[in-house]
Amino acid sequence: MLTKPRPIRLKGRSFLALALTPELPLEDWLAGLDDLAARSAGFFLRRPVVLDVGDLDVDKAELHDLVEKLGQRNVRVMGIEGARPSMLGPDMPPPMSDGRPASDFEEPQADHGAEGAAPEAVGKEPGQTVQDGPVVGAALQSVVITEPVRSGQSLFFPESDVTIVGSVASGAEIVAGGSIHVYGTLRGRALAGTAGNDGARIFCRKLEAELIAINGFYQTAEDMEPDLRGRAVQAWLEGHALKTGILG
Amino acid sequence: MGKVIVVTSGKGGVGKTTSTAALGAALAQNGDKVVVVDFDVGLRNLDLVMGAERRVVYDLVNVIQGEAKLPQALIRDKRVETLYLLPASQTRDKDNLTPEGVEKVVAALKKAFDWVICDSPAGIERGATLAMRHADVAIVVTNPEVSSVRDSDRIIGLLDSKTLKAENGERMEKHLLLTRYDPTRAERGDMLKVDDVLEILSIPLLGIIPESMDVLKASNLGSPVTLADDSSAPARAYFDAVRRLKGEAVPVTVPGEKRGFFGKFFGRKAA
Repeated sequence: MLTKPRPIRLKGRSFLALALTPELPLEDWLAGLDDLAARSAGFFLRRPVVLDVGDLDVDKAELHDLVEKLGQRNVRVMGIEGARPSMLGPDMPPPMSDGRPASDFEEPQADHGAEGAAPEAVGKEPGQTVQDGPVVGAALQSVVITEPVRSGQSLFFPESDVTIVGSVASGAEIVAGGSIHVYGTLRGRALAGTAGNDGARIFCRKLEAELIAINGFYQTAEDMEPDLRGRAVQAWLEGHALKTGILG
Repeated sequence: MGKVIVVTSGKGGVGKTTSTAALGAALAQNGDKVVVVDFDVGLRNLDLVMGAERRVVYDLVNVIQGEAKLPQALIRDKRVETLYLLPASQTRDKDNLTPEGVEKVVAALKKAFDWVICDSPAGIERGATLAMRHADVAIVVTNPEVSSVRDSDRIIGLLDSKTLKAENGERMEKHLLLTRYDPTRAERGDMLKVDDVLEILSIPLLGIIPESMDVLKASNLGSPVTLADDSSAPARAYFDAVRRLKGEAVPVTVPGEKRGFFGKFFGRKAA
């Protein structure tokens, strides 16, 4: 007899990674890196580093060598962006794709875009501003979208509340670090509180959603109470339970 | 300079080709110079519906690849002298459509015609995105049933992101053409109601074309329905749609709906 398995939690996590773009000749670039590390001790120590090799003309052996050399300098590469599959192997960092330029929050350093150039860190204190891990309780920004969200569109705002003045079509999805407010019919998927924010809520004028989730705890349309369908509903988290209720 | 219209839907078999031919013929009958362009490379149908399948020598892919000049590929309609067809290739596939080639062809057609109507293939791949790329106006053809509506919604999203207009930050003028509407099925609840479709898609309604055997008869005869039998219900609906396209405020009548005396004065609000 099968017991009902606990559903796997699918959580979103947003980390700000430092992207290094090595250039040929590699010895010169590594020398530049050493120079940087000398000026700012421990700069790379706590930061996840992604290597962007899209424009780098090296082969598998040279890339492997580079990752090793970086490891010797205490630069731990957690992912490689822009590499051909043939250049990577099981002993290398995993491939990464779809990096976006990071959203702006106050940081005195140079831009940390996913395609970022080598960082300029002259005189910066280590451990400043880079956010890693969930932002719990931090003030979230608010994004307002004034058009219907069409099927197939995927909106991703890991640091904000999202308000949609319009409907969310079947087959569309909204992923927000904060709460999601839909002043219209929610027919697609809404995933709120993805940055570990248990206090996030989902509000809609008319619930026809395919899936709602707060901080990884989700309900599909099948799980939702039938008399909530078509009504104005809010959803929130109580412990590990996703609660829903009619909005007055 | 002509206007470029794309007739698209996402879902297949909803009436894009039929509507392209019908609208094109209706516009041409008013005296405008119209060219209908088939973008469904490899599965062309527009030539059949226009009754030109026995006169195709060169096609869109030939023109793009420089194997033929545009005037050599254009086929003039035998019934309406201001109506032309640019057929698609049947033997090649959509990979032969290049963005630069399509841009050049559409630019040349815009100079020579008042209306360039692009019949998009179904789907969201290259053929469909190239057909919509240079459009000024989009007509989204939808059947009042759930899969068609969702696919149309997807296409509307693409119209707002993958076209030149969208990339330049301009709004693409979009119209909804509801086709194959069957009033008895709508009454029974087997088909979505017009208001439901409008609520989901939120674009202005261009017209409602009723389900009718006249459409099948016309395409078997190789004639756009607005030429074959211009008094049939679908033909009249297409003529009304053309008037709305040109900016006239024509009240939309839902086929089969009984309107009271006052109902005739208050047209249906177009979203």
